[in-house]
Amino acid sequence: MTLRQIVLSVNDRDHEVWVLPSDTLLDVLHDELGMADVRYGCGEGVCGTCTVLLDGEPVNGCLTLALQAAGRQVTTLRGLMGPGEAMHPLQECFLRRGASQCGFCTPGMVLTALDLVRRRGQPSREEIRYALVGNLCRCTGYTKILDAVEEYVGQAAADAPGEVPS
Amino acid sequence: MTTVGPPQPAGEKQLTEQQAIGQSAGRYRVVGRSPAHHDFVDKVKGSLHYAADWRLPGMLHGRIVRSQLPSASITGIDVSAARALPGVVAVLTAADVPGNRIVEMASGGLAELEVTMPVLAEGRVRYMGEPVAVVAAVTQQIAHEAAELVAVDYEELPGVFDVESARADGAPTVHEVGNTLVIWQIQCGDAAKALAAADVVVEGEYRSQHVEHAYLEPEAGVGWLENGVLTLRVSTQVIEHAATIARILQVPQSKVRVIAAYMGGGFGGKEDMTVEPYLALLVWHTRRPVRMIWDRQESLVASTKRHPFIMRYRTGGSSDGTITAQQVEIIGDAGAYPNLSPRVLFAAAACACGPYRVPNASITSSAVFTNNVPSSAFRGFGAMQVVLGYESQMDLLAERLGMSRTELRERNFLAKGDLLPTGERLDTCVEIGQTMHRAVALLGEPARPSGPGKVVGRGIGCNRHPYGRTIWFRDKAAAWLSLQADGTLLIRSGVTDLGAGQAASLCQIAAEVLGAPLDDISIYIGDSALNPPAGGTFATRQLYMSGNAVLHAARELRERMAPVAADLLGVPADDLEFAAGRVWPAGAAGAALAGGADGGTRPPDAGGSGGVSVTLAELAAACEQRAISTAHLSTWRAESGSFDPRTGQGDTFPDYTYGTHAAEVEVDVETGQVTVLRYAACHDVGRAINPMRVEGQIQGGAMQGLGYALTEDMGIEDGYVQAALFANYLIPNAQDFPDVLVDIIESGEGKGPLGARGIGEPPIGNVAATIASAIQDAIGVRPAQLPMTPERVLGLLDARASRDPA
Repeated sequence: MTLRQIVLSVNDRDHEVWVLPSDTLLDVLHDELGMADVRYGCGEGVCGTCTVLLDGEPVNGCLTLALQAAGRQVTTLRGLMGPGEAMHPLQECFLRRGASQCGFCTPGMVLTALDLVRRRGQPSREEIRYALVGNLCRCTGYTKILDAVEEYVGQAAADAPGEVPS
Repeated sequence: MTTVGPPQPAGEKQLTEQQAIGQSAGRYRVVGRSPAHHDFVDKVKGSLHYAADWRLPGMLHGRIVRSQLPSASITGIDVSAARALPGVVAVLTAADVPGNRIVEMASGGLAELEVTMPVLAEGRVRYMGEPVAVVAAVTQQIAHEAAELVAVDYEELPGVFDVESARADGAPTVHEVGNTLVIWQIQCGDAAKALAAADVVVEGEYRSQHVEHAYLEPEAGVGWLENGVLTLRVSTQVIEHAATIARILQVPQSKVRVIAAYMGGGFGGKEDMTVEPYLALLVWHTRRPVRMIWDRQESLVASTKRHPFIMRYRTGGSSDGTITAQQVEIIGDAGAYPNLSPRVLFAAAACACGPYRVPNASITSSAVFTNNVPSSAFRGFGAMQVVLGYESQMDLLAERLGMSRTELRERNFLAKGDLLPTGERLDTCVEIGQTMHRAVALLGEPARPSGPGKVVGRGIGCNRHPYGRTIWFRDKAAAWLSLQADGTLLIRSGVTDLGAGQAASLCQIAAEVLGAPLDDISIYIGDSALNPPAGGTFATRQLYMSGNAVLHAARELRERMAPVAADLLGVPADDLEFAAGRVWPAGAAGAALAGGADGGTRPPDAGGSGGVSVTLAELAAACEQRAISTAHLSTWRAESGSFDPRTGQGDTFPDYTYGTHAAEVEVDVETGQVTVLRYAACHDVGRAINPMRVEGQIQGGAMQGLGYALTEDMGIEDGYVQAALFANYLIPNAQDFPDVLVDIIESGEGKGPLGARGIGEPPIGNVAATIASAIQDAIGVRPAQLPMTPERVLGLLDARASRDPA
């Protein structure tokens, strides 16, 4: 197979990378670009640990070919953070609520939940559960993750009534 | 959070709260709070580097060639095509392993077989997925291709795939020496006689399945050579495997270093070695850095599993509901190699009667080889499977006697001072009754069925779960603390961190005693070369062991520095308070810090007066001037004892954690579907060092238990794993089950630091029994086989229909 050069735009930075047609977005982000917040968990699209936002929508990095991401905006968890490693408010909620134990699922959880809140504004706890079914967690039992997302929903609504949080 | 009874730390002398932490005034400032520590911050930021997140120049990629058959002899291996593939650097087979044996330490059980496990199979494979060869190549893809090119010729052999066939006369043997790996027995009184004389006897046989740990982070690591030392940075619970790796390579133990990265979950599945010996071999042969990550599918098929148990119980009672006798037979499927099976089956035997007084007991448990994937440690470690057995018996006995389930239990609960069937006396309080009432209370008002064809039921499950290693292993853990010149604190400990806050709890304990703000503490863990040994993270032992080690190290360091501080402050050395980065005369800290941030755990604002206090930096400087070391190493030893496997009498575990879960379920009688409506859990944790993390352990343990109870099953048939895709192995997702409601009791009476008990494993134990109890309440039939799938529940309903024709 031949290598092809593509431009991957990740967290607002362009990277020129050589990829095989079979390389997944996960392979390239983790192994080529050294992004430790995008993780191999199953390679089947079941566990969600490799979740990234592709043009704002959550996708499994293990089921997306790197070539498919060329020319599109990829956002990883660390792309949500502000200057000086300032945490996104949803990350703050995860921290405050103890929504992370081993932490392996956390990036995928945060990105999927953020997408839900962006789309739905004020999702109910049941809607949050439904949105997170593709992000497995083996440590927390989910309760504290749901608490964290709910807190963020409440906070975002209070900060900007009538607006969709970003 | 509530405190039951006065704090009475067990063991040694009785200490007040102040004496326990060495503070001469005040209350806990750091313990009992839930600060977000370094590990949480890194995890939420996505900046933590797990085992796979490591890359070195010239790094190769390793891949294991695994057996495709459960039982076969190897008639030939041809590696020439694999070696010829461009980019392949090494292809190794058994002949390339200097010491091709992994030897488990004998557990001390009866007639224990001496069986070793090869690193790479030699002439024979005994389970599907057994490693046969290992390759290293310049890319992961080439390593995969090379592994496919290794041609192994097999001649299939007969195998045994369940413990009953394996124990039958003339069964094919997994190892030549026989199929029964070990037998344990515990006897007290005369169970046969007491059963014959009992007013009522209930019997049951309960079966559990193969379960996968399914940590989200697959087994992974990177190895390299540094100064002639083979160094592995891996996802492991046990850095002490360095000694085993040295034996495999036949090099001195000083030439192997294991570093444990923070794990993406382990649950016992990273207690045995996973990638370590294969990485070690490849690094040793290629002299280059090597990374190995197991595929999820590889992990499902070939990683160790929870032991499936067959448990046969006979319980006798008097008509007033007092248990008089219990006979228990437990058989565990060890799979193809010993791993930790002897110890798992020991824990099962030691805990087989649960939190109840049983004056006449006869318990046997055995581990039996099969040609299934090896079973080994998994959160709960044998003590969790038996909960289904003993709790089912309690519900059956209650039903038979027409007594309420809670009343029957209360009549038989153990209390402090009671004897266990092994003859050991319980020397800490047993708040099991409190946990039961609180768990039931959390369920609230009963729900009504949501429609026709639906029935609702409630259940409870109580347990007694050990924390700490088996007592005759004479467990110990060490920790090293150092007050730096600028007043900040370093902790070094060989503890490995599963994600439960193992490292963070140690920081909280040190902060409490030495007064260093948490932000000023750095902890270095999980390095067999640089850290004092702590033993692995398993057996719910690290808070108990390393927590005590850090507590004692901190107290001793404080005692050494106190005279210096007293000298600086002009007060007696026993009249000091270490808090908020300073040392104060007793009583002064509280006043100065009152109303401060985080309850006075942070130093006063810059410019604020410290009053008549000295900073820890000033103290460190003063110690330096007086040639008093501000670094301290301390080793803490657990209580020891002995156990006689012939009589089944003696010491087993240091202590236990008690808890109860309660659930409400709805059963669809048309489909057999069980919906969990409410779930509650209450445990006595002695002292919650970090309440949020305690809650997290309970919620997470309960959720894993719900998967075990209702959905998870590897479905191993004739040695072949059916759930070979993650999509087919159903761990709970966010929608499957309700929130787990938690109540924590702090009796103050445990053997961990400051009266804590361990809580890592206990909360997974209660769940299957609790759900079975609720299903029984709903449909009138007791489930006896896990998982309780819709098909099995329909089977129970059919059995009921034929038993009670309408």
